[in-house]
Amino acid sequence: MTKRTLVIDPVTRIEGHSKITIQLDEQGRVADARFHVTQFRGFEKICENRPFHEMPALMARICGICPVSHLITSAKACDAILAVAVPKTAVHLRRILNLAQILQSHALSLFHLSSPDLLLGMDSDPLRRNLFGLAQTHPEVARDGIRLRQVGQTIIEILGGKRIHPAWVVPGGVSAPLTAEKRDQIRDLLPEGLVALNRRLDQFKELFAQFPEEVDSFAHFPSLFLGLVDDHGDLEHYNGPARVIGSGGAVVKDGFAAGAYPEYIGEINEHDSYLKSAYYKPFGYPDGIYRVGPLARLNIARRCGTPRADRELEDLRALSKGPALASFHYHQARMVEMLFCLERIEQLLNEPAILDTHVRAQAAVNAEEGIAMAEAPRGLLLHHYKVDRDGLVRWANLIIATGHNNLAMNRGVLQTAQRFVDGERLTEGALNRVEAVIRAFDPCLSCSTHAYGQMPLEVELRDVSGGLLDVRRR
Amino acid sequence: MAGRVLTCQIDGQDVSGLEESTILEVAREHHIRIPTLCHVPGLPEAGACRVCLVEVEGAARLLPACVTRIAEGMKVKTESERLLKYRRMTVEMLFAERNHICSVCVSNGHCDLQWLAQTLGVDHIRFPYRYPALPVDSSHARFVADHNRCVLCLRCVRVCGEIEGAHTWDVMGRGADCLVITDLAQPWGESASCTSCGKCVQVCPTGALSEKGKSAGEMAKQRRFLPYLTLMRGGNHV
Ligand code: SF4
Ligand code: SF4
Ligand code: FES
Repeated sequence: MTKRTLVIDPVTRIEGHSKITIQLDEQGRVADARFHVTQFRGFEKICENRPFHEMPALMARICGICPVSHLITSAKACDAILAVAVPKTAVHLRRILNLAQILQSHALSLFHLSSPDLLLGMDSDPLRRNLFGLAQTHPEVARDGIRLRQVGQTIIEILGGKRIHPAWVVPGGVSAPLTAEKRDQIRDLLPEGLVALNRRLDQFKELFAQFPEEVDSFAHFPSLFLGLVDDHGDLEHYNGPARVIGSGGAVVKDGFAAGAYPEYIGEINEHDSYLKSAYYKPFGYPDGIYRVGPLARLNIARRCGTPRADRELEDLRALSKGPALASFHYHQARMVEMLFCLERIEQLLNEPAILDTHVRAQAAVNAEEGIAMAEAPRGLLLHHYKVDRDGLVRWANLIIATGHNNLAMNRGVLQTAQRFVDGERLTEGALNRVEAVIRAFDPCLSCSTHAYGQMPLEVELRDVSGGLLDVRRR
Repeated sequence: MAGRVLTCQIDGQDVSGLEESTILEVAREHHIRIPTLCHVPGLPEAGACRVCLVEVEGAARLLPACVTRIAEGMKVKTESERLLKYRRMTVEMLFAERNHICSVCVSNGHCDLQWLAQTLGVDHIRFPYRYPALPVDSSHARFVADHNRCVLCLRCVRVCGEIEGAHTWDVMGRGADCLVITDLAQPWGESASCTSCGKCVQVCPTGALSEKGKSAGEMAKQRRFLPYLTLMRGGNHV
């Protein structure tokens, strides 16, 4: 019997390939399925010995995943190194930026990447199952998706000066205050976003209802959920503390601050993936499996805290008893959050001090360690830096959403494969569903391929002794 | 102290300048552009970067305009395919020599090297990058020295020695190992001679010397003090 080993290219690119291996048992049934990613290689090396002031910009570049969220989390970790109180207005402005990022990212995930699967069908021609195909059959949906994404991106551009990688967020706050003119520009964008989203809400809710099999089998299982909540237990994307709930909805751990993460989040390096898998430490590995991201956040939060999003949240909650365990509902959760983003940005723009010019606190190194958490579109992001007295980074660690979700994604891939992979060949429909379950989590690797709406994915089907039966590449 | 006036030709144009003038000075007086990097108005020349190379009729080699004096009847060419090729190559080598990661650099958008690359149309580097492991000295209370971004133009050495009179900066090592140092290669923060005047930071063309606490793209340099200071001291300020 030859033991086959997977070779994962030690590529230096940050966002690597992904690969799925599906293993059959003696009876030819799916026994195991694994999702492998190569990612973040050499990250610590890149940060090493750089002045910590560079970190936000560096982090935003290092991961093309969700640059703004990395920027914000990184800046917050740097705030902790300065040990200053960031001016309130700067916090509001950073929040707006983060919400705009979540809005544009969700729009991308749902409309550009996932809606071709949903509207054209999981079994449709892969050559046409993309945004371009969608633009031909459902031009109004494609247009609204593009518009929503534009609203988010334009807000980022107005605030940060650039769509991708704005350097406006700095340790201690932001580098320039908001002007009345820019505030009005942003405010003027919001109604259009709301209209576009409203046009799609009912249509998509009906559409989601047409996928009962996928609801059942796309990573539908009990797990913990992890995310941030505000002081009232409501939806929160910028500040901690973090809350963990069980699959029945009971709070397992409430209110742990960023600094306490080593107590609660364990990470293991599985031998076949460069992506670290995170688990809830008190429950051990692999029982501590948890999910993060839009669905996790909405499962955890008491409510959104904005009127329209809260109404939609009720609809989402009506789909399950207790927390939604079906990862397919991530899609609908994204719609609720998009609504929340638009409403919340409006509220923040109306803050009386939003135009205040005191937006940056200056200080030298006051703490030699900085840890921060924030919610990225795909889930909790954690940055942890250690610096020397002169402010040069000596050590860094990041936990990203895809790492948090990795165990759940793996289990989801297995579940989907068990349901849809049959025999010794990979059918188009099975392949699409395996891909679609990963897409439901919207992991970072899909980001690197925005333009095509396709993941650089390779799926292998192996027999019980590891022999390759079939392989399909995207 | 008026010297002799010499006449010569630059790019076919008849020009004149004082006997002691350099080609660069005369060219600039006549609004003829020659790209430079190590040259700073108000500082003695170093001839360190070789970006200002020009062709002089009768000379076999290309000559740096900033340190070559004019001569009677000299014929100078400041633009040609050959010159562009050499200037580009010089700039490319500067990029390949150290670690220039503009997107996260404090000087992004305010950098003389970047600007030079743009004006010369350098859009890629044909030489293999050396990726040296160079230190960042962040020990000074107000400033940071990042050797990864240094182009060894010696502006810091000159301004510190000649204008501030502190002579904190100097040069150590040769060739690829060459580094600018503070005092006897001590951490900048421990330098006894540094007056923290910040002149070196302001004249440094790149992100090598910056004010502490600046994030990407925030380090715009203030250089207007220099011609003013030299003028007040009766020096040359081209
Ligand atoms: S010093 Fe200039 S060329 Fe070098 S990285 Fe910084 S901006 Fe780029
Ligand atoms: S530190 Fe700056 S001024 Fe000094 S030699 Fe290097 S590039 Fe030139
Ligand atoms: S400007 Fe003449 S050698 Fe640098």
